[in-house]
Amino acid sequence: MTVPVHESTGVLGAERPGSGRIVLAHGGGGQLTDDLLMGTLLPRLGNARLNALLDAAMLDADGRRLALTLDGYVVKPWRFPGGDIGRLAVCGTINDLAVSGARPLGMALGLILEEGLEEAALETVLDSVAAAGREAGVEVVGGDTKVVEHRNGDGLYITTAGVGLARPGIELSPQRVQPGDAILINGFIGDHGLAVMLARQMPQVQSVLRSDAAPLNGLIDALLDAVGGAVAFMRDATRGGLAGVAVDLALRSGWHITLEEEAIPVRGEAQHAADMLGLDPLEIANEGKIVAVVRAEAAEAALQAMRSHPLGRDAARIGTVGEVADGICELHTSIGGRRVVQKPYGEQLPRIC
Amino acid sequence: MNPRLSDIAHWLERLKAAAAAVDRPVRLMEVCGTHTMSAFRCGLHSLLPRNVLLLSGPGCPVCVTAQGEIDLMVELAQRPGLTLCTYGDMVRVPGQRGSLERARGEGADVRVVYSSLDAVALAAAQPQRQVVFAAVGFETTAPATAAALDRARRLNLDNFSVLSSHKRIVPAMLALLAGGRVNVDGFLCPGHVSVIIGARAYEPVVRDHAMPCVIGGFEEAHLIAALARLVELAAFEDPALVNQYPQAVTPEGNAHARALLERVFEPAEARWRGLGVIADSGLVLRGGYRAFDAMRRFGLSRPDDREVPGCVCGQVITGRVTPVQCPHFGRACTPISPLGPCMVSSEGTCQAWFKYGRQHRRHEPAGGRRIGTRREPKTAGTVSGQRGQR
Repeated sequence: MTVPVHESTGVLGAERPGSGRIVLAHGGGGQLTDDLLMGTLLPRLGNARLNALLDAAMLDADGRRLALTLDGYVVKPWRFPGGDIGRLAVCGTINDLAVSGARPLGMALGLILEEGLEEAALETVLDSVAAAGREAGVEVVGGDTKVVEHRNGDGLYITTAGVGLARPGIELSPQRVQPGDAILINGFIGDHGLAVMLARQMPQVQSVLRSDAAPLNGLIDALLDAVGGAVAFMRDATRGGLAGVAVDLALRSGWHITLEEEAIPVRGEAQHAADMLGLDPLEIANEGKIVAVVRAEAAEAALQAMRSHPLGRDAARIGTVGEVADGICELHTSIGGRRVVQKPYGEQLPRIC
Repeated sequence: MNPRLSDIAHWLERLKAAAAAVDRPVRLMEVCGTHTMSAFRCGLHSLLPRNVLLLSGPGCPVCVTAQGEIDLMVELAQRPGLTLCTYGDMVRVPGQRGSLERARGEGADVRVVYSSLDAVALAAAQPQRQVVFAAVGFETTAPATAAALDRARRLNLDNFSVLSSHKRIVPAMLALLAGGRVNVDGFLCPGHVSVIIGARAYEPVVRDHAMPCVIGGFEEAHLIAALARLVELAAFEDPALVNQYPQAVTPEGNAHARALLERVFEPAEARWRGLGVIADSGLVLRGGYRAFDAMRRFGLSRPDDREVPGCVCGQVITGRVTPVQCPHFGRACTPISPLGPCMVSSEGTCQAWFKYGRQHRRHEPAGGRRIGTRREPKTAGTVSGQRGQR
């Protein structure tokens, strides 16, 4: 397939941001991350499977398909309401396998520890890894540990790799998306990113918001068991939020995507926190949310299947794939207005007043 | 229909009725960047009658910060042993020697803080380093800077200082009108600033310039109600001051915050991007706090303002041109590689246009209406739309 080139990178004469250096926003999952992938990584490492830029790569193994994925975790603070870096690492990897239509087989865990880290902290994180693994029904089967000098890391960083076995008969890709398909999500958006941001920047603020980090393989199993082949594509809405996923979906499927603001589940508390920080809930990271594109006739059954699972109780149909092949994502706002949705730039900066 | 939405529908009807009663454009300036963003985010432009024009004003703190001040911040940040703290968007505004973000990438200690008190805490925690808080914003953020200075003085911190780029909004509105630099039929006044300065602060605007002013909040319902009232006043040329956000804004404002401002700061002339020097429009540290003035402590003098050639941010924030009239907009200047502050700030007019309006101009989805094009004058770069002229 062809790789999506975000139009902002096609600008002639524009100086590359950061002027030849990596800036934080390159890691934000937004347009700058795309730039780094398209401009630096893919030209050197690109191949058919990598260029597809899916959550997990599919490897042929004597007729079966193995899914392979890897993620790095550098969240600060390492502990936040609703989870910690250990839970995050397990959930992120499991979810990348699950949204690719694969059943996780096992995980490997890489730890980079900073000299001086308290052992009790490490124990807490490892207990979280174990607990999240039990929830997902997946074990850590390998790993690696390194220690770096004091001040060369924020306590600890984690890398997790996962391998899964693709479910037979399930083919998920943006190319399978068709006009008329329904866009579903399994619950409230924005909770994770806001909980982490509040813990990091305003620890004095008492908020009810908790990270939604959760392994979604059970929910996805329920969905695929119920409607299977009617699911065209899935992605977990992590960095870049729902906006990032929806804009990517429009670009890569080529169809016009319409989201209905009124239907998108956002908690009042999340909306208020986002307003306070000057952020858009659509653009905020989640760690327990999938966006699923499902054939219209199966949409109701898919919603029922999601709602029957504890992690999908608030599932909703939030949009539709349109018939215009313009690759644009549009939001119908709750007041009846319309606007274009764009991929966030990268680093999320709070507004000033 | 839920009560919130039926309330919005009611105000939209009133807005449309008032606009329909006149056969000329009604040109309104939303003074505040947060209003600009709220309007775009809820798709308001797609719902407004064709003759209601929303112009952005000088109320985005990042956007009005003069180029020379950005250069000063970068210069300070590059000094060894110094930590520069500021609010989010400031780190991305390019100066002559790059942005604070770039300086950080090259090793400068630049911190994004959410509160000025975080900068004081940082100074207390690392006494061996100088901590400078680059303070930007209007009367909304200035009281927090004043509180930080108060705390630093109580703690006797000799390693904390403030580089104040604080601005006052009303002198800028008056300067816009007095200079004949804008042609508007009414101001949508910022809710947040008004919480501090009070509704009566706008009396000179209404009294001396016969200019309708409506204070509005930022949620959709508040914004639309305020705009509807403003269209009514402007359409019928009724120069009144209306506080459409009484839940938060009182006639006199927040007495405590005002007293704090008064104690720590005094008004002084200030340089604004796009507006030049305006008397009494800035806030500098008063006598008892001068020891905390970074300009003094580091013996700084302001470099000249040298703006990016061709960048029209200065004209954008005075409502004289729309972003698409800038030759760089969407080409050399994008949110990823911004040339001017209006593209950097999440409240900046250019970023709002880029983010929410641009693609509609290239392609209209079925049944959609173009956002933006109807506001473009035929000739780029001219001041357009005299009152009563279409």
